[in-house]
Amino acid sequence: MMRKLGTVIAAALAASCAGAAQAQVSVKLGVLNDMSGLYADISGPGSVVAAQMAVEDFKAAEKGIKAEIVSADHQNKPDTGSTIARRWYDQDGVDVILDVTTSSVALAVSEVTREKNKIFMPSGGGTSDLTGEKCTPNNVHWTYDTWALANGTGAAMTKKGGDSWFFLTADYAFGAALERDTSNAVKKAGGKVLGAVKHPLSAADFSSFLLQAQSSQAKVIGLANAGSDTINAIKQASEFGITQGGQNLAGLLIFSSDVKALGLKAAQGLVLTEAFYWDQNDATRDFSKRFAAKFGGKMPTSAQAGVYSSIIHYLKAVEATKSKDTAVVMAKMKEMPIDDPLFGKGSIRADGRAIHPMYLFEVKKPEESKGEWDLYKLVATIPTEEAFRPIEEGNCPFVKKG
Amino acid sequence: MITIFGVPSAALFGQLLLGLINGSFYAILSLGLAVIFGLLNIINFAHGALYMMGAFVAWMLLNYLGIGYWWALILAPVIVGGVGILIERNYIAPLSFSDQRQSFVLIGATAIGFLVLSFGFSLSATLAFVGAAVIGVAAASIYAWKRPSQSSTVHVDHLYGLLLTFGLALIIQGLFRNQYGVSGLPYGIPPQLAGGQQIRLFDAPIMFMPNYRAWVIVASLIVCLATWFMIEKTKLGAYLRAATENPTLVSAFGVNVPLMITLTYGFGVALAAFAGVLAAPIYSVNPNMGADLIIVVFAVVVIGGMGSILGSIVTGFTLGLVEGFTKVFYPEASSTVIFVIMVLVLLVKPAGLFGRAS
Repeated sequence: MMRKLGTVIAAALAASCAGAAQAQVSVKLGVLNDMSGLYADISGPGSVVAAQMAVEDFKAAEKGIKAEIVSADHQNKPDTGSTIARRWYDQDGVDVILDVTTSSVALAVSEVTREKNKIFMPSGGGTSDLTGEKCTPNNVHWTYDTWALANGTGAAMTKKGGDSWFFLTADYAFGAALERDTSNAVKKAGGKVLGAVKHPLSAADFSSFLLQAQSSQAKVIGLANAGSDTINAIKQASEFGITQGGQNLAGLLIFSSDVKALGLKAAQGLVLTEAFYWDQNDATRDFSKRFAAKFGGKMPTSAQAGVYSSIIHYLKAVEATKSKDTAVVMAKMKEMPIDDPLFGKGSIRADGRAIHPMYLFEVKKPEESKGEWDLYKLVATIPTEEAFRPIEEGNCPFVKKG
Repeated sequence: MITIFGVPSAALFGQLLLGLINGSFYAILSLGLAVIFGLLNIINFAHGALYMMGAFVAWMLLNYLGIGYWWALILAPVIVGGVGILIERNYIAPLSFSDQRQSFVLIGATAIGFLVLSFGFSLSATLAFVGAAVIGVAAASIYAWKRPSQSSTVHVDHLYGLLLTFGLALIIQGLFRNQYGVSGLPYGIPPQLAGGQQIRLFDAPIMFMPNYRAWVIVASLIVCLATWFMIEKTKLGAYLRAATENPTLVSAFGVNVPLMITLTYGFGVALAAFAGVLAAPIYSVNPNMGADLIIVVFAVVVIGGMGSILGSIVTGFTLGLVEGFTKVFYPEASSTVIFVIMVLVLLVKPAGLFGRAS
């Protein structure tokens, strides 16, 4: 880890030395996420690679910005995360913290950032509270949030005819929130929820829950869980012939790295919402192939791509304002439209939510796939204005006041 | 249709069958633990990690060497059992040696190996660590080769074995996590067992039973009964049981007790690996799969009675059934029900259902 960190710093320094003569602003960007645990494949070291690419692609040094990247592992612990954030802001002169998978850690870092008046741009962290009840003027929530996923998958599948749902819900706050948001989206789109079963966290065997879902006769089985729970549920659903029997599975929080881990044979037919997929257009393919060349052949996940794009947007704001003052840069970021090669056109709302189109994908059948990473086919594009929770429903305190 | 507490009896029957499948995993794993505890007096916390290793070895055999499921079912337990034997000889047995020179050789060779591999050859930390462990174990084995194996001269508490194996489990899991990530790896059901049958009872469809799950029940029953037969009904088993009671006396009859103990540990570990291969096609093959399961399995062993062979088999299957029931009637409690039973059993029969009070 230290060696990798060293090269990142060296690369960033080398890049910045070239234009040292005209360097006016120097910024320090901290990538904080889960480097070795449950979510390491979703963000982890890949996010650091993406951050490094953003600084290089932006040609920060030529534009008079000296950008340096540091990274750390928060081990999915809120206390570790906020300790690192404090140290970065107080001692190491970090201006922006990025990524931060795991909702609980993201919320903790968000508090520290507000207290120190710096900037927080979460990409891997998913809770919609970051731009809702727990919003701060210092947050820009980039890639996705739980509301967008629930809404995308819930509404789109209901409209496609999957109008009766049964949930397998992880028995803790996150699962309950995901089930609630998706249920609302399903009901709003005219569907109905037939039932739900709460399963313990990290359950290995889902067959019993799947049979209950099967006997409910619901057209869609929503998986309101994450990580290995989702993977196990999907793997066993295929074993019990659930998808072959005409019921559809809907993953409510699943990334391309999870689908890769499952293999297409088990995951085929799964419908999911993502903000980014590497094989969408020439720009995403170009970025992803360069990313893969630097990262052991692995294609970027949407969380990793989000780190790249959020840094580009931040650096644009720094370039335009010639400043790194939090209030000045935040105002500029929210004023400038987003025109991003990876996430398309969008903007940042007053509550800090970066909005852009979301996409509904279906996992390909093995015979449709042309390569190791050829995983998804596009089912529907959810337009920017429908993809995220309307600002007035988020109950963000400072937006209401304003 | 007859309903029981609002659940159709046919659906209930299906759920019980599923409970039995989970019970098969509990049974094989707790059987391995019981064999090891019974003979070595070691609470083997590395059992979960070795179960995970079994699944990973099956994956490696398929992806690196092209060897399929059926061979893996034999090879993975042999390979992991071999690793278990090395662990027993080089880490666990020296706990009770009065002469610690073998351990110094092990530690020294491992440390030097790690430094050379990670700086001399600039290997990644994971590979350097694995390489160093191999070098260390090889050096210690060569050192111990011609010396007569020491029988335990110092009596050590269970706690040391527990701590040691717990540490080993963390290291093994960490290495796999570093190398393969945490999302897990795909492993398919063997084509011969793909698909399934619709099970009917009096013409009422009960459930769709995947062939592979049926195979899991059959395979685990065979393995459990064979192990029970070997330990309770054969001459070898009699030696093993006698060595548990009084190792000094048995070695006075000319039986090589240390060798028997090593092989027993290897066998217990091989059982874990066998369960790992059985699990690979249906559960996510990831480095944490063992850690999630092992706590439940320990509860099963405690309920059955530490060291009781038959107890662990019967409790394994029974608790699978109980868990299956809970998943139907009150799914939120399905991960706790086993521990509730454990508390109740310990209150009433502290030695476990099948254990003997010592």
